[in-house]
Amino acid sequence: MREQMISRACELLANGSVDRVIGWERGEFVYDVTPAVFNDAEDLKSRFVFDLFCGANLSKYLVSETAKGGKVLAFLKPCDTYSFNQLLAEHRVKRENFYIIGVECNGMADINRIREAGASGIKSISSAGDKVTVSTVYGDREFTLSDVIAERCSSCKSRHHVVYDELMGKDGEVLDSNRFDMVEKLEKMTPDERFEFWRGELSRCIRCNACRNVCPACTCEKCIFDNASSGFENKAAADTFEENMFHIIRAFHVAGRCTDCGECSRVCPAHIPLHLLNRKFIKDINELYGDYQAGAEVNERGPLVNFTQDDANPSIVNERGNG
Amino acid sequence: MYRISLDSIDNLFAAISAVEKLYIPADREDGQSYFTEWKEGVKLSDNLNTFRSAKGLFFPQVQDLVSFRTEGKKIEVIDTRKETEDFVVFGVRACDAASFGILDRVFLSDPVDSYYKTNRDHGTVMTLACNRPDETCFCTSFGIDPSDPAGDISCWKDKENLYLKSLTEKGEKLVYALKDLLTECDENAADTVKAEVKAVMNELPLSNLKPDDFTGEQLSVFNSEKWKELYRSCIGCGTCTFVCPTCQCYDIKDFNTGKGIERFRCWDSCMYSDFTMMASGTPRLTQLERFRQRFMHKLVYFPMNNDGVYGCVGCGRCLRKCPVSMNIVKVMKSLGGDAK
Amino acid sequence: MINDTLIPSVAVVTDIRTDTPDVKTFRVVTQDGKKPFDHKPGQCAMLSIPGVGEAMFSITSSPTVKEYLEFSIKKCGCLTSWLHMIEPGQEICIRGPYGNSFPVDTDFVDKDLLFVAGGIGLAPLRSVINYCRANRENYRHIDVVYGARSMDDLVDYQEIISEWQKEEDMNVYLTIDRPQEGWNGHVGFVPNYVTELGFDKTRTVIICGPPIMIKFTLAGLTTLGFEKSQIYTTMEMRMKCGVGKCGRCNIGNKYVCHDGPVFRLDQLSELPDEY
Repeated sequence: MREQMISRACELLANGSVDRVIGWERGEFVYDVTPAVFNDAEDLKSRFVFDLFCGANLSKYLVSETAKGGKVLAFLKPCDTYSFNQLLAEHRVKRENFYIIGVECNGMADINRIREAGASGIKSISSAGDKVTVSTVYGDREFTLSDVIAERCSSCKSRHHVVYDELMGKDGEVLDSNRFDMVEKLEKMTPDERFEFWRGELSRCIRCNACRNVCPACTCEKCIFDNASSGFENKAAADTFEENMFHIIRAFHVAGRCTDCGECSRVCPAHIPLHLLNRKFIKDINELYGDYQAGAEVNERGPLVNFTQDDANPSIVNERGNG
Repeated sequence: MYRISLDSIDNLFAAISAVEKLYIPADREDGQSYFTEWKEGVKLSDNLNTFRSAKGLFFPQVQDLVSFRTEGKKIEVIDTRKETEDFVVFGVRACDAASFGILDRVFLSDPVDSYYKTNRDHGTVMTLACNRPDETCFCTSFGIDPSDPAGDISCWKDKENLYLKSLTEKGEKLVYALKDLLTECDENAADTVKAEVKAVMNELPLSNLKPDDFTGEQLSVFNSEKWKELYRSCIGCGTCTFVCPTCQCYDIKDFNTGKGIERFRCWDSCMYSDFTMMASGTPRLTQLERFRQRFMHKLVYFPMNNDGVYGCVGCGRCLRKCPVSMNIVKVMKSLGGDAK
Repeated sequence: MINDTLIPSVAVVTDIRTDTPDVKTFRVVTQDGKKPFDHKPGQCAMLSIPGVGEAMFSITSSPTVKEYLEFSIKKCGCLTSWLHMIEPGQEICIRGPYGNSFPVDTDFVDKDLLFVAGGIGLAPLRSVINYCRANRENYRHIDVVYGARSMDDLVDYQEIISEWQKEEDMNVYLTIDRPQEGWNGHVGFVPNYVTELGFDKTRTVIICGPPIMIKFTLAGLTTLGFEKSQIYTTMEMRMKCGVGKCGRCNIGNKYVCHDGPVFRLDQLSELPDEY
């Protein structure tokens, strides 16, 4: 796929259809991949990569690319296209700045799962079909893709590209995903159990703000947590409870706009399953307002910014709280 | 040198914690290890290193500095400092152990930071040599030997035993207190482990990385055109700074508890937009300047001010944790030659 | 435990003078009425109001004043707005002194001194100017070029006309940006005025003001033949600790709080251009 992507990108650059290309660049190790902008064919051939580790969602970068003007070729995986659409709906990116090639994706690997399985001293990683071979200074390890696939990919919501100018590889279907399983489990807990669960998870937060900074739904020009005079500055707080509140507030702020791309959990250095907060909101929205997927449509009003006669009444809080 | 069977390591921990607080790397629910207060049932982690470095034991992420009580126009300053109780931290790797020397240069230089000093004075560091260094390790680039960590007591682990050797008076005292549990052994007992680790280090991809290229003058590195590309994907989070064992920048803030004002300090990050923000603006307008500051500090400014000692110990945490895989190694490789 | 510089002492604001619509000068003593600490010209102190914030301010009073410290503070942020609301008798917290100082006892001795200030930039220079006046025999001719947006924005105006302008062998040149009723003095920006006045290049220059003023004044001084090694300035950065540890006020490898705030221009130009 990489070669095909590079040659198509070179073509589009050469015929002037696009001015630059946004994709992924190989990092220090085989698994560390950095989103990057490529300006010419040579650049692409030497640095561009597309493999099992290109999980990073490029959509957020498109906000600053839009500001720079010109036409950008963006390679978007199915889940990335939802984020892009949502950014279009929120007027954070302009459609005319982008030429989008939807790329087929069958799930991305998570280096943390490879590490958790005991692989260290990694020299190279290769994959063929479903098999992933990790070569390390301590010997080779064999995995199947399902052993090392990112959590968000194992509960993939859709392999369908909701926006593109051309496709590379197959366009898939919206999947019947199991992504709400853990949310259901949490819902079945007693309030105390649930509180303990979240206190445990959130107590590991180091307040690095990676979740916020990577989130395509967090595009405020100035976040309240960056505003020294707000009294809620971003850094560690005197009271650890504030750390918990940060994530809850953030989840509220992206509710109805979060496409469940899972970047927050991918980047969390403390491995906090932040996506579960967002999924709880999505599940609630689905239950209260009917199925809704943020980013699926550009011109649709999201249920939280729309009013209909059938909307759930505020009293629903009490009813559900008692359940 | 002394040894104790790994089967009895919990007895060792129990004996230490009977006298002083003991922190060891233990796994939490996310599979990563954290320095955790030992009590019955807390197991030593098998992970190579902790998610957060050991610096937090001496320079906590949040720390009270002083309290105030105010009434009308009157202010009362209340010095709430207390001497830290003696504690032991076990399982510090060579990289983190070396980071204490870097933090010392900041906090113990005049004027001495009393908050840090009391933690240093009362903490006994038991280091643990690495057995399985990772591809992200490059401590050797900074002259650190992962097979021979410094500390008050150095420890090595093979399949059966833990070997201990005290290097300081503090270490001596602790070993003496534990001597009923320990068996004296040959000074060379850990040599096989050391040799194995050294062999692996040579095979690791970053083993040849050298920071020597940064001895040039600061302007040429600062003005390098390469920063313009390097910083580009940085999302401006503080992950690298918070997991770093040598990052020591802090903020001071006041917190109204309702009963008084608590002035505390907390880790800060040069990656944040408000780090240098003044009422009149900031000299570091974009992420480029912030990104550059972090690496200039570690590779150029810090050595300039500290006899050539770099502000990095090669622990590799930033390599593992950066959401977009930017890290000091990329910067070193990209900019090294520009210092000349 | 050893004393820690991060723990402030309590001081009392005994007198508040309104200098301009947005600048007030605060006189500060200890709770028992003494000067909080001795300082050198150009040094700074951390002032705070618990629960509001803490910030670094240059000490405006001369070291030769032994009874109190004075701070001229412009209202521009959270803490300064708060300070502008307090009344005499209010206690505040203070720690310091911090930073280096102007080389008044070495490099400045037996030199002709030219002070160039704009707006609140006079605050740090007032300490030096008054120190030099108090030790007049150590220095040769003193010139002060001081400008502000308007007549009302000239800080320490009363002291300037009642004392400085009457001093022998000392010339004070005032200017305001735009013509104003009741103003018979010079009108125009500081950099142009400095060039117009055409000082000879033997003088040692001490300059402080908004970055844009400094930039153009330096250009003018260069045209007049001044060398960088003759020019001193004092820098401002965001600070938290004041002792070179919290890591935010650096210009290259120098911490403004600790290695500065006073820099000689040739030293400053060896540092990265990030201030």
